[in-house]
Amino acid sequence: MAEKFDAIVVGAGPSGNAAAYTLAKAGMKVLQLERGEYPGSKNVQGAILYADALEKIIPDFRDDAPLERHIIEQRMWVLDDESYIGTHYRSDDFNKPPYNRYTIIRAQFDKWFSEKVQEAGAMLICETTVSDLLMDGKRVIGVQTDRLGGEIYADIVILADGVNSLLATKAGFHPEIEPKNVALAVKEIHFMPQETVEARFNVQGDAGVVIEMAGKITQGMMGTGFLYTNKESLTIGVGCMLSDLKKQKISPYQLLEQMKAHPSIAPILEGGEMKEYTAHLIPEGGYKAIPQVFGDGWMIVGDAAMFVNAMHREGSNLAMTSGCFAAETVIELADKQKPFTAKNLARYREKLDASFVIKDLKKYKNMPDVFHANSQFFTTYPEMLNQAAHKMLTVDGVDKKTKEKQIMANFKHRRSLFGLMGDALKLWRAFE
Amino acid sequence: MSTHVKVEEKLFQNRYRVDGGRPHIQIKDAEVCVSQCGTQPCTVCCPAGCYTQENNGRVVLITDGCLECGTCRIICDDFRNVTWEYPRGGYGVLFKFG
Repeated sequence: MAEKFDAIVVGAGPSGNAAAYTLAKAGMKVLQLERGEYPGSKNVQGAILYADALEKIIPDFRDDAPLERHIIEQRMWVLDDESYIGTHYRSDDFNKPPYNRYTIIRAQFDKWFSEKVQEAGAMLICETTVSDLLMDGKRVIGVQTDRLGGEIYADIVILADGVNSLLATKAGFHPEIEPKNVALAVKEIHFMPQETVEARFNVQGDAGVVIEMAGKITQGMMGTGFLYTNKESLTIGVGCMLSDLKKQKISPYQLLEQMKAHPSIAPILEGGEMKEYTAHLIPEGGYKAIPQVFGDGWMIVGDAAMFVNAMHREGSNLAMTSGCFAAETVIELADKQKPFTAKNLARYREKLDASFVIKDLKKYKNMPDVFHANSQFFTTYPEMLNQAAHKMLTVDGVDKKTKEKQIMANFKHRRSLFGLMGDALKLWRAFE
Repeated sequence: MSTHVKVEEKLFQNRYRVDGGRPHIQIKDAEVCVSQCGTQPCTVCCPAGCYTQENNGRVVLITDGCLECGTCRIICDDFRNVTWEYPRGGYGVLFKFG
């Protein structure tokens, strides 16, 4: 007879670790399965860690978690081919503990988080891929792994298997993900001396900077770029919707290469040594693309459930929070000795609905459609803004009033007055 | 801009444990790629360049450099012509930083 657990958690990323930790702390018999050599070895993120979500799980995480730099400055760049126009926000408030955001290196961070999970009492088995869910009719009763023995049983299975959500797809819990609902991001990590990082970004100690980018770097596709500081390295990447990459037939690594060659970016990377190239899908379909996240004997958490706020580049915090909610739901039901039926597990969705996870996704529910249908936000506007700045900042004997008129004429020429007003309205409605 | 790069130069920096002779992704029906799929987006969009277009129109898949992102699986939505599994436990790409 195969061993039976109270709960099986598939995956040891942020959502799976949050779930397994919470369950184990409550004294449940938890098995966590991870296909990588160690937790983190399969995981990729444009890795900004938001302290709040983790703090709620491990309040003293700052004592020993491997953190790179806390962010004191956020830059937003809108790029044309030769230029960028942007805003920087830097505050010394962000430089006072407890810090709000950190850059992390996932291979190290996930390993640390997993150690906490194991200390809490969960059993972790690595190098084990879950190939299928074991079903009894409509009810999930365990998992099939690629290991000896293979079958493992549990009262509840929490699917934290990442963006591809392969297990739920195979089980027919939701259809295949559509290309319009995921972005493909590629990134590289470039190492350079700590002093170089600090000099190039005007920071000291463990302080760091994040640059978010939009505009011509995505060649008209819906997407963004990013560049951030780690302790002794920089991470640079770009992500675009898969439907756009497919339509425009653009190679993601050529896109990254062109971005790196931008005259405002190349000097920042100069002399760095590239040590890893990664790719990852980001579930950016938003509220309308969220699948059914619970059923008889199962729940989906994190990326697998589409819990990413693309507008604010948040994901790991939604992952951890959803992992906690799933675990809390299990604990509450177990306390009342109630079975893990779909009806009872609906409590998980209620918790999500009442929290920032669903509230934020709901707020921006129309955003993906607006951006999909209006590529001018990624092409025409970045150009217009950069040209306007260029004109105003070039001193050439033309008076400023005339320059303003020329800029306005250019705007109207490029987009028409109705186009401009329509775009403003679309954005306002989507943000509302 | 002349920024063309060979993806192999990037992948060279990565760590892999290749499961020799057991590719985790397979093209279901090679004929579908040739005769039905005109655009073959997998040959352009795979971030590891695992799919190459041959002169005779066939698509050749070599999964050794795969980053396990899932792009090819989702992008082939018109034909669903790839069988896609994660590699066996412990095999495939092993991110040093992630």
